[in-house]
Parts: sequence; C-alpha cells; structure tokens
Amino acid sequence: MSDSPSYGFDTLQIHAGSRPDPATGARQTPIYQTTAYVFRDADHAAALFNLQEVGYIYSRLTNPTVAVLQERIATLEGGVGAVGCSSGHAAQIMALFPLMRPGDNIIASTRLYGGTVTQFSQTIKRFGWSATFVDFDDAAAIEAAADENTKAIFCESICNPGGYVTDLASIATVANKLDVPLIVDNTSATPYLCRPFDHGAHLVVHSTTKYLTGNGTVTGGVVVDSGNFDWTKAGKHPSLIEPEPAYHGLKFHETFGPMAFTFHGIAIGLRDLGMTMSPNTAFQTLLGMETLSLRMERHVENAMKVAAWLEKDPRVDYVTYAGLPSSPYADRVKKHYPKGAGALFTFAVKGGYEACVKLVDNVEIFSHVANLGDTRSLIIHSASTTHRQLTPEQQEAAGAAPNVVRLSIGIEDADDLIKDLDQALAAATS
Amino acid sequence: MSRFSYSDEMLTRLLKVPQTIACVGLSINPIRPSYYVARYLQLKGFRIIPVNPAYAGKEVLGETVLASLAEITTPVDIVDIFRRSEFAGAVVDEALEMRPMPRTIWMQIGVIDEAAALRAEAKGLTVVMDRCPKIEYQRLFGELRMGGFATGIISSKL
Repeated sequence: MSDSPSYGFDTLQIHAGSRPDPATGARQTPIYQTTAYVFRDADHAAALFNLQEVGYIYSRLTNPTVAVLQERIATLEGGVGAVGCSSGHAAQIMALFPLMRPGDNIIASTRLYGGTVTQFSQTIKRFGWSATFVDFDDAAAIEAAADENTKAIFCESICNPGGYVTDLASIATVANKLDVPLIVDNTSATPYLCRPFDHGAHLVVHSTTKYLTGNGTVTGGVVVDSGNFDWTKAGKHPSLIEPEPAYHGLKFHETFGPMAFTFHGIAIGLRDLGMTMSPNTAFQTLLGMETLSLRMERHVENAMKVAAWLEKDPRVDYVTYAGLPSSPYADRVKKHYPKGAGALFTFAVKGGYEACVKLVDNVEIFSHVANLGDTRSLIIHSASTTHRQLTPEQQEAAGAAPNVVRLSIGIEDADDLIKDLDQALAAATS
Repeated sequence: MSRFSYSDEMLTRLLKVPQTIACVGLSINPIRPSYYVARYLQLKGFRIIPVNPAYAGKEVLGETVLASLAEITTPVDIVDIFRRSEFAGAVVDEALEMRPMPRTIWMQIGVIDEAAALRAEAKGLTVVMDRCPKIEYQRLFGELRMGGFATGIISSKL
C-alpha cells in the first residue's frame, strides 16, 4: 500500500507501528489500559460508528497498544492490515468467519496442530461449517476434495509437531484455481523464516503466544490480510461484497478495497464475536518482537545441533527435523525456507510409548509443557497430550504417533540441551 | 498492489489542507464510496465541489451538484475522478480547459489512463492514478495506524 522507502526486517521488528506516543513522547509503546475513548463531538462519533473515519471507540474493537502490534505484524508479513485476537484459536475463527456461511467447508492439511484439527473436525460443525483433511503434498487431491461450497484452504507453513514444511506456492496455485483464499498458520515459522504472502498465500494467522512474544507470558493471536484476494472475481464470499445491513447497506469490498477483510474483522468480527486481544498482551508481544530475528536465528541454530546429535544416537529411531540434510523435505527447505526450518521437531524413541513418557519425566532443563516457541526448551509427548483428541490415524498423519516426543528448542546453550537429553534418554532406555 | 509509485513526501504535499477538490462522478447516495470519500475530505477541511450530470442541480454535502467541470467558476486545486478508466481521459481533457487549471489530477483506485496522465503532465499538472485520497490521507496523517493497518511509515519523531 505504501510507496515509502523499504526497511530491513530487523529495523521493522522494532519500529513498525510504534512511533513515539503523540500525547507524551513516550518512546516505548504505552499500555493504553482504557475501555472507551472520548469523541471530539457528535459528528466525530457518528463518522466512527459509520466506519467513515478510523479511530478509537471501544477497546473490544480497537486499542492504541493493540494497533501498534497489528501494524507491526502486518508490516513484517507484507500485508495491508491485521486484527489482534485473544488467542491463535480465536484468530482461526476470525479468519474463517467472514468467508463462511452454514453449509460451507474448507480444505485443510492433515499436518496441523492437534488443537486445530479438533477445532476444524468437531467444533466448527456447530456453526454449520466443515473441514475436509487432505495430504498437502498432493495438490490434485486438494482440488478433488473441493466442491462449490469450499470457501478456503488452510495449512501451516512449518508444521507442528514438526518434520514437515508446506510447499506454499503450489498450494496457492490450487487456491487461485478454486477462487478461494489460502490461509496459512505461520506460527511456527514466524515472518522471519517465511512470509507466506511472498508464496501467494492470501491470509495469515498467528498464535502470537509463541515465537512472536517469545517468552511464554501471554496468549494472543492475529489475522493478517495480504489485500491480494479479489473478493469480487468469483463472488464466493458474500460477507465481503454484499450490502451489510448493520452498516446501512455498506459493501466492505467496494468501500475499503484491499483493506476490506481487515475492516470486516474489526467492524463485524471483533464487534460481534468479541475475541479481542488485551492491551497488556499486545505490549508483551511488542517487547518480544523487538528481538524476533535474533531469537529465531538461535532457535534454528540450536535445533540443527540438537537434531543432528539425536539422529546419530542409537537410542533414537528417527528424527523428523525438516532442517536435517536427511529429511525428505531438505530441498523444499532450501528453496522456500532458506533461513531454516524452525525449531520444532519430533523424534522417535526406541522403546515406544513407555520410553517416551519416562524421557519426559527425566529431563531437567527441558520443561514438560504444552506450548512452543518459548526461549526455554520445551518437551511434550504429543500423543498423550496436545494430539490426544485425535484418532490413531490422525495422530500418525499429523506426525504425532505414540512413539514420538516433540521438542521446541529454545535459545539456551545447545550443549546443555544435548547433555540434558542424553541423561534423560539414558534413564528412559535403561 | 498498484504499479504506480508515488513518494509519501509528494502525496503529503498534495493533500495539504485547505484545498478545493472537484469530485467528478460523485454520488449522492451516502453508502457509495465516492460519497464516503468526499464527505471524509470535507470533514478534514477540503472544499468539495460535486460534479455529476446525473444529479445536476441537486444538493449534496451542502454543495450544489454541477453538470461539468466547465460550470465551475472558482479556482480548483484537485480534480478527483470517480469514473471508469475509459471515461477518465475525457475528464482530464475537460480539466485542462479550466482556467486557472487545477494543479493536480487524481484518479481513484482502479482508474488508470496513462495517455491522459501524460497530457496533463505535459501541461505541468501533477497526476496520481490508482489511489484514493481518503486512504492516503488516513495513511499519511496517522489515522490508519489506529486500525492496525501497515502504513509503511517509520519515524522516531513525534
């Protein structure tokens, strides 16, 4: 949207969105802990409520601290705008909400975070929506699974629990052919390792809880719009092109052009679903994002060292890290994820389920938690926790079989992480 | 993404208030984008002169709608074109007949006529195509920041 000079990632992760506070000159973004905002006069209030002017009305919709985070993430992703949400799961519903009506469906990758599989296979049915899960290495299968009620395609870039990276460009080609947007969950990659819009994706969602915040303090999410999907071309998404009764018949696409999806997210999504990000959450995430590139470099470097060590260990069956030269996705990583394959992967322990549980019980530096993207290294047995709601077939497809443990590699000393795994593996396989 | 590039410095200069903007193709229907844009610019301190033969003589935004640019008797700074690309050239030529001539021709998002732009530039006018002055004003003067949009503006100044 802008023709201004372009800046490097490291500059943008600190400065995008956050000019000095206009009221006080505060250099760090203040936490605007307020519910409501005073209108200049009745005309101003009316213009805001009619969406004729952008401004602050009520913090369910917009908040100055959250707005800084939205602009920063939108900028780093190369999008036109972003909407902050209360969690990554909220962001997924907020991304689908403008696209879907009862009876509509999405095509989703089989390789997704277990919570997303459950949200898509079970919970969204209550809205009258459904999802078909397909192997995203098979573009033809995606096309074959689509019908006239298909309204979006959904996948992760670098996948959780790990070992797989999606060829986004080929999936985007299918999306364009079907005239539906490709939504990419870019949580595990972050815009530092992958910018899905550069590969043709149309919308990005994040759990900002993870690498963007980086230190496991707050839960949040965001929906980013590339502004590149032409809602009028096939006309499959009436919420964005048809008159909106709640705004006197305003048509979002016609009125806001490439910003339509983001305006809809605020004016309809946050207004009526209320899954709003809090200002304190936005503040914590802004602090984290200032060091995103530095942390991601170390996360990737450590993941490579730990994965390479595990791969050579006789107590380990296999390691799924896509960054390893032995990975079936090594070429894809080189081509589409040149800065690395993230820091999330699984490995299979000889001794199966029992050994996995013992391993998790014996680590001292790794923390046994259901989270990822923390500065701390984390470990979890996905089959008995994050992917527990899935069937054995779904667990297998997601890379969360009973004999595998998932690691989220932190930014500690890699040697200490290796020592910790070494002693825990000894205890688990003795 | 538009293929036309204009610097923020230039757009900021072009959108200084107060100026008079002739909005060609302005609708009197309050939910049409052209009405939205004109009303917004008027709120920001621009004087709006509505031009649309379909509504000539009617009142909109407190101004009388004129049938053509030729009917305008006061100096105009910007001619903002809300017509499809194929009709934009004729509007530009009409603008070049105005005395004094406007300083800027602005064509809305999706409105592009490069030949007409060259004709206007040859007469010393500044031309912006495929852009909305409301969006640019909101982006450059801080308003879009409030909605979480990527403004592209990086500054350590107040």
